[in-house]
Amino acid sequence: MYYHSDQLVREITVKAQAFRIQVLKMIYHAQSGHLGGAFSAAEILAALYFHHLQVDPANPDWPDRDRLLFSKGHACAMLYTALAYRGFFPVEELLTFRQFNSRLQGHPDRIKTPGVEMCAGPLGHGIAVGVGMALAQKMKGIKPSSGSAPSARASAGRVYIVLGDGEINAGVIWEGALAAAKYRLGNLTAILDYNGIQQTGATADVLPTEPIADKWEAFGWHVQEIHGHNVGEILNALDRADEVHARPSMIIARTTKGKGVSFMEYDHRWHGMIPNQEQYEKALAELEEGLKKWQN
Amino acid sequence: MAELVLMRKAYGEALVKLGQANPDVVVLSADVSNSDFSFMFQEAFPDRFFNVGIAEQSLVDVAAGLAYSGKIPFANTFAFLFATRALEMIRTHLCYGEANVKLMATYAGISDSFDGPTHHAITDIAILRSLPNMTVVVPGDTVAVAKLLPQVAEWKGPVYFRINRNEVPVLFDDTYQPVIGKAVRLRSGKDVTILCCGLMVSRSLEAAQKLAEQGIQAGVTEIHTIKPLDEQAILQAAQETGALVTAEEHSILGGLGGAVAEVVCDRCPVPLKRVGLADRFAETGPYATLLDHYGMAVEDIVKAAQKAVEQKERLAQKERLAQKERLAQKEKLAQKNEL
Repeated sequence: MYYHSDQLVREITVKAQAFRIQVLKMIYHAQSGHLGGAFSAAEILAALYFHHLQVDPANPDWPDRDRLLFSKGHACAMLYTALAYRGFFPVEELLTFRQFNSRLQGHPDRIKTPGVEMCAGPLGHGIAVGVGMALAQKMKGIKPSSGSAPSARASAGRVYIVLGDGEINAGVIWEGALAAAKYRLGNLTAILDYNGIQQTGATADVLPTEPIADKWEAFGWHVQEIHGHNVGEILNALDRADEVHARPSMIIARTTKGKGVSFMEYDHRWHGMIPNQEQYEKALAELEEGLKKWQN
Repeated sequence: MAELVLMRKAYGEALVKLGQANPDVVVLSADVSNSDFSFMFQEAFPDRFFNVGIAEQSLVDVAAGLAYSGKIPFANTFAFLFATRALEMIRTHLCYGEANVKLMATYAGISDSFDGPTHHAITDIAILRSLPNMTVVVPGDTVAVAKLLPQVAEWKGPVYFRINRNEVPVLFDDTYQPVIGKAVRLRSGKDVTILCCGLMVSRSLEAAQKLAEQGIQAGVTEIHTIKPLDEQAILQAAQETGALVTAEEHSILGGLGGAVAEVVCDRCPVPLKRVGLADRFAETGPYATLLDHYGMAVEDIVKAAQKAVEQKERLAQKERLAQKERLAQKEKLAQKNEL
């Protein structure tokens, strides 16, 4: 078992909950966006950006950085929030989300937004694009470590991909999964935000993907299943995945769509619905209450 | 008759040379490397060659990932698969995301003739050129392949490079110096200009010869880059000869003909006849037979040029009459005023 202090776990959990509040404000302000799938990915992104990933906000193009591909692009309000709080751009800019003349497009744009590694929105691209990046990193090989500057790193960066569960309906996901196994990409880790709900209903009804762990194992991946809102489990799983050699890693993170707001949880309508003022205030109050719980 | 050489073999050789010159060049294939001759690169640089299987969407996405990490990926599969099956990947990552991927689109046009319409690419130029940030290059022979491929590698941004499956006539020698984005004037003529690309360059030159025998002086200009289009050269041809023909191994909708029409309609309207496949699918058969049957015979170019010239003359005649009438009116008015 890996050790992460209670304090670290608590700090990241608090961040994730604060991110939900930020995302709610952004989407309510824009009157446009996707709440449910953003809320389910909060802890995953907070754990990645505030502990696990080696990135340098002052130098977003650092060649040996870890790369995070946010493949479920529609939920990007959460990605932008994590990036802003990590220092890639000012937090104040978050309220320009989905506005005209903003760097924060409706779906991720790698040219406009610092820290965004891949254009996403059309679902299914993360794994295959990640395979290309992981191959490129592998071709660099191990470099001699020198000094302590962020640019001095013993090995080339790893590739992380955050997927939605509805997203894996797409055939190119499985094309990429086969390629990742073929090329024994131990430097690639995918995290499946498995909230069980997609745009029009339960994933089990729309296009059943269970048994999901067996599928990825059969495709040649190392598979872990975790509670996707438990930061300790997320951190452990990421560490373990880094130690898998010669196989890509899949972390199936069981999550709740709309997590943190009682009337949004498990309800597919909150995939893309915008709260009215009353709903907004109620959601904000619930999220703030949740935040207090973790802060104390 | 010019010597015939297999275009894809010339491509394989050029690719190996590129691999030797630039260590960042990597090559990907969707399991057709013995069709497109990228296997030659695989033999020379096995560590820089990736066969992702019969998975064209993954092919383009994996190439994008490599490009985002600083490599110069040359992705190989059949033209129709890039243009139709993997199109969203091309749009999202290569065009919008600016991934520096080179699409090596083989078996283009109807050159995979015996495999039939499922394997023909007759709309690929129209589809690819409609995408922002895309560059579309159609080499005319094997010399053009060898001369243009290093430029494709150097070019900033995605390129769609259209390669013929078959033996094609060698048109050019070492004096041929094509530059991406610049048209090449191959023959001068005052009556009409034939704008052409790919295999239709050789047929256009033949047509120009036949037209000369009939007393029509046809110029031939090779437009090997469909995008960015050399608008200056097209406008110059329109102004100098007042009549245009386009000739391409592609649907007459949206390809070279469409691109030229857009330019001349906007800025220098002149008669324009488009030679290519009428808006329909071809069928299985010998390559030359299909080209001739489906509207891409030398004779089709000759007829198109004749019609363009006739139309130009009719318009000129009409203009002369109109001018005469205007003069007569003016004189009448002047006489009236004198009275």
